[in-house]
Amino acid sequence: MKRIGDGAATRIGLIALAVIMTTLFLVIPLAGIFYQALAEGMAPFWQNLTSTFTREAIGLTLLIALLTVPINLVFGIFLAWLVTRFTFPGRRLLQTLIDIPFAVSPVVAGLLYLLLYGRTGWLGSILSEQDVQLMFAWPGMVLVTVFVTCPFVARELIPLMQAQGSAEEEAGVTLGAGGWTLFRRITLPNIRWALVYGVILTNARAIGEFGAVSVVSGSIRGETINLPLQVELLYQDYNTVGAFTSAALLAALAVVTLMIKAMLEWHTHRREKTA
Amino acid sequence: MSVRSTLLRRVVATAALSMALGSTPAFSADRELLNASYDIARELFAELNPQFIEQWQKEHNESVEIKQTHAGSSTQARAILQGLRADVVTFNQVTDVDVLAQKGQLIPADWQSRLPNYSSPYYSTMAFLVRKGNPKNIHGWSDLAGDDVALVFPNPKTSGNGRYTYLAAWAASNHDNGDDEAATRDYMKKMLGNVEVFDTGGRGATTTFAERGIGDVLITFESEANNIRNQYGPDDYEVVVPPVDIMAEFPVTWVDKNVERNGTEDLAKGYLEYLYSPEAQRTLAQYYYRVNDDEISDEFAERFPQTTLLRIEDAFGSWGNVMQTHFASGGELDQLQRR
Repeated sequence: MKRIGDGAATRIGLIALAVIMTTLFLVIPLAGIFYQALAEGMAPFWQNLTSTFTREAIGLTLLIALLTVPINLVFGIFLAWLVTRFTFPGRRLLQTLIDIPFAVSPVVAGLLYLLLYGRTGWLGSILSEQDVQLMFAWPGMVLVTVFVTCPFVARELIPLMQAQGSAEEEAGVTLGAGGWTLFRRITLPNIRWALVYGVILTNARAIGEFGAVSVVSGSIRGETINLPLQVELLYQDYNTVGAFTSAALLAALAVVTLMIKAMLEWHTHRREKTA
Repeated sequence: MSVRSTLLRRVVATAALSMALGSTPAFSADRELLNASYDIARELFAELNPQFIEQWQKEHNESVEIKQTHAGSSTQARAILQGLRADVVTFNQVTDVDVLAQKGQLIPADWQSRLPNYSSPYYSTMAFLVRKGNPKNIHGWSDLAGDDVALVFPNPKTSGNGRYTYLAAWAASNHDNGDDEAATRDYMKKMLGNVEVFDTGGRGATTTFAERGIGDVLITFESEANNIRNQYGPDDYEVVVPPVDIMAEFPVTWVDKNVERNGTEDLAKGYLEYLYSPEAQRTLAQYYYRVNDDEISDEFAERFPQTTLLRIEDAFGSWGNVMQTHFASGGELDQLQRR
């Protein structure tokens, strides 16, 4: 039987459409970033890449990711463990609450933190008496990034841990395993790939986050400007090459992240086949 | 930022950086100064700061570092209220400095009397950027109300730039017709009716006029108009300064609460006083800002056409008064735009 749209013409048409769309919306803009960065040759590109401000921006971007990923890794595992292995009142509510950072616009998140931790905020006024400054300094940028990226790990783990159930762990308990052994020998190996996947997503978002950090950054050059903010700043400054150099750096990081992700998927796929 | 958190940041950032680039930045100054400034002053201070650092090193034998943050000056004022620890502010709106005194009690109310010229080391005025040959024959504010003239300037509600344009037009009209308020309102209605695009900020208006080619006249600060002309083609545009115009002050002050905390009071004062020195005034004039130093003014006389400049305080009473009567919801601006 022949279905509608099964003809060769339709098929070719659809494939062509997909290819054209992908080229227009993904390939050309991505290539454009690198083209613009190198538009005036290698020298200005290199100069922008190695300038003090760019180096500081790279340093801050990595610092944010370096702190955000471990924090959310621990937090995500803990949360997923809690909602999939225990029943307690408010469990459903907690599962919904995890998604708040996804639902709230990052700018709003930034503003919330600013109102809370700013000099005139509820907590901020107490902190400022102790001479502790979170907003308009790097700790604030880490704080909002942790908030924005906190669902990634938990969201990856929860469905998997729910599907796997707790049978293996219960078996472990009957054989006399303690909490830590249980986690290290049974839970962790089971969730390993989902965990790595969650980390990759967290890392990608932590590096690329713009909205929330821009609210709390105070944009002090060489101090609280990360790569995404640097792109915006240089672009406003009519330094197109500089802006696209930083953008190219971010794009390159994204490509590397995607490659790692693809490798992992290929790896898990192969494992599932052999299993 | 406390010493400990700075140290921690340095350590972690250095670790991250050395992993990334295999190198460590080796630079440290004795003291740091944070200058919160408006968003088009980036290049200006990038040039002024090294000059000051060199002079301070010579006179005080101390190496200092000047950090910059740039954004709209209202944004900056709000950030300082919320805890941005800027030592000095260099703004383009008097009202935004006033906010620091009124809402935050961070500086005394009489901050304007602490430095010469109402704490404004340089000033500017509004100018018209017109297309080559001035085809619409624009010379003064009254020409902007003509029948076939399309104007571009940012929205007075959202932009200090637009606010000055509106006030300059109003004050110049009042000046010309001997304070006939009714005639001024008629003129303002026509002038506002000629606006082709109301962008939210100065940069947006520039793009509309120069890149999208919309409008006959772009109204902006004289300094900006000259920089735009140089950027987009000195042969394609002309800068016209009207015979009667508004004085746009660029107020500076040190933030008392912050310099006290950071131990930078002498440095902050020294930095702002430096802006009044002949060397700094020359740099400012090179960026098309008008300066008070007589010698430098004479040196650059060609760049700055003679014009009668009206102060906001003289023409409108006070900034507080201006904001209330003209720009508040339901104020003059809203009524003039109701057609």
